[in-house]
Amino acid sequence: MICINCPLGCMLTVSRGEDGTVSVTGNTCPRGEAYGRTELTDPRRTVTSTVRVKGRKDCAVSVKTASPIPKGKIMECMKALKETEANPPVAVGDVVLENVAGTGVAVVATRNVG
Amino acid sequence: MQDVLIIGGGPAGLAAALSAKEAGIDRLLILERDVELGGILNQCIHNGFGLHTFQEELTGPEYAARYVQKVKEAGIPYMLQTIVIDISGQDNGEKLVTAMNREKGLFTVSAKAVILAMGCRERPRGALNIPGFRPAGIYSAGTAQRFVNMEGRMPGKEVVILGSGDIGLIMARRMTLEGAAVKAVAELMPYSGGLKRNIAQCLDDFGIPLKLSHTVVDISGKERVTGVTLAQVDENRRPIPGTEEYIPCDTLLLSCGLIPENELSTGLGVELNPATSGPVVNESLETSVPGVFACGNVLHVHDLVDYVSEEAAAAGAFAAAYVQDKSLQEPKERREIKLAAKNGVRYTVPSSVRPDLMEEDQLVRFRVGDVFKDVYVTVYFDGVPVISQKKRVMAPGEMEQLRLKKEKIQEFPELGRITFTIEKENKVTAGTQKRAERGMA
Repeated sequence: MICINCPLGCMLTVSRGEDGTVSVTGNTCPRGEAYGRTELTDPRRTVTSTVRVKGRKDCAVSVKTASPIPKGKIMECMKALKETEANPPVAVGDVVLENVAGTGVAVVATRNVG
Repeated sequence: MQDVLIIGGGPAGLAAALSAKEAGIDRLLILERDVELGGILNQCIHNGFGLHTFQEELTGPEYAARYVQKVKEAGIPYMLQTIVIDISGQDNGEKLVTAMNREKGLFTVSAKAVILAMGCRERPRGALNIPGFRPAGIYSAGTAQRFVNMEGRMPGKEVVILGSGDIGLIMARRMTLEGAAVKAVAELMPYSGGLKRNIAQCLDDFGIPLKLSHTVVDISGKERVTGVTLAQVDENRRPIPGTEEYIPCDTLLLSCGLIPENELSTGLGVELNPATSGPVVNESLETSVPGVFACGNVLHVHDLVDYVSEEAAAAGAFAAAYVQDKSLQEPKERREIKLAAKNGVRYTVPSSVRPDLMEEDQLVRFRVGDVFKDVYVTVYFDGVPVISQKKRVMAPGEMEQLRLKKEKIQEFPELGRITFTIEKENKVTAGTQKRAERGMA
């Protein structure tokens, strides 16, 4: 995989030994090792999207997961957001959906809608 | 009558206004053409903004909201849905700004100093010379972003994206998350102009192919796009016959570069730099028209909003100083040293420095024209290499910066030109060694 921490873009090789230990090679700094390790064991992403605002036409409020969620849960999270409507008024930081896709992470608004 | 008038209420305009206000300017006004402040950040709902400014990762609307709140708390006046149509100089040195909105109709405001913060626009299809029909379904990536993120509408279901700049990559992920099939991202150049992180998290995460050295050679469909033909290009960026590949799709997004929006600036007679399409500015971010300052994407296209805020804050402070210090308004001959970009460096901002007025540590931002590995950014004072900074990798997509010391410049009283170049070796130590060999050091 390609390390994303800086423009150098080191080509990392990350492997898991038989005893379960993860080894990273190809990195040129400690950040590369940490990235490679996490990407193999528990890759996570902050999901940003929008949800509809109740009673408003042509209006969406932008949202994000309050912390990164497992990569494999992204599409499930998106499905849940499609079925979610925010009640106006909405302020930055308001919880729009609790425990999205069973991740224990809340989805919060990133924009004010009056 | 205003002391400082700011044109544009995006990240640059907001930061410039705040800093002018902090410097003691009370008669100031922001003119914004959209229905709200915040500019393009409002539609950039992805995260990654503010790591430098706020030491945390914010989405675009959150970053904008923080500045909007500061502007409101500071009581800085602004007018929305107000478009500026002309700026002209007056005999007394003030600027006359003509603007229009629904409430006041056509009106004028005069100002001692004007800050240009109009941002940039996407390069449209008309500027790309793509052959084929002109059906519905062709959008710039930013237009599609506005549809999806602000209006909650999808521009299409099967998408091909031309150009791998960050907006194109971000939209590839966004359209995929909203249920569209993004079939390919084609990039004319042999490298992507986007950040590594975006290639990994926007394309690789979703298995979207990135076709480097490819372009669109035909668009099919009369009413609506029915498909596009991609072809590989050679080193001269010419399509290679026989490599054509037809991809059925209903939407083509264009992410092919951003151009600073300087119609107002040129109307006023501001000199532009052909490399950036933005104004030529001195160390005070002042354009060729005295009292007119520029910052943000109207000056040169940035990759990070954090640097826009920083640059705009500097412009705001310089505009305030211009208003407060009469000596700056009077025409006066000051020594001015030109900054030149050569040999791999495409441009520098600023384009000149006046040692009398420069800061102890003058920030110079620049971009390179190609991908470079293990090189030295070298700065020559006239013919003498003075600074050599090793860089493991440089790319056109990443803005670089370097600081010039006033102290060092003052050591060269006859200095006429400072040249930024890319060199394979460290010319500064090589020069010192040579001088040492000749017994001069």
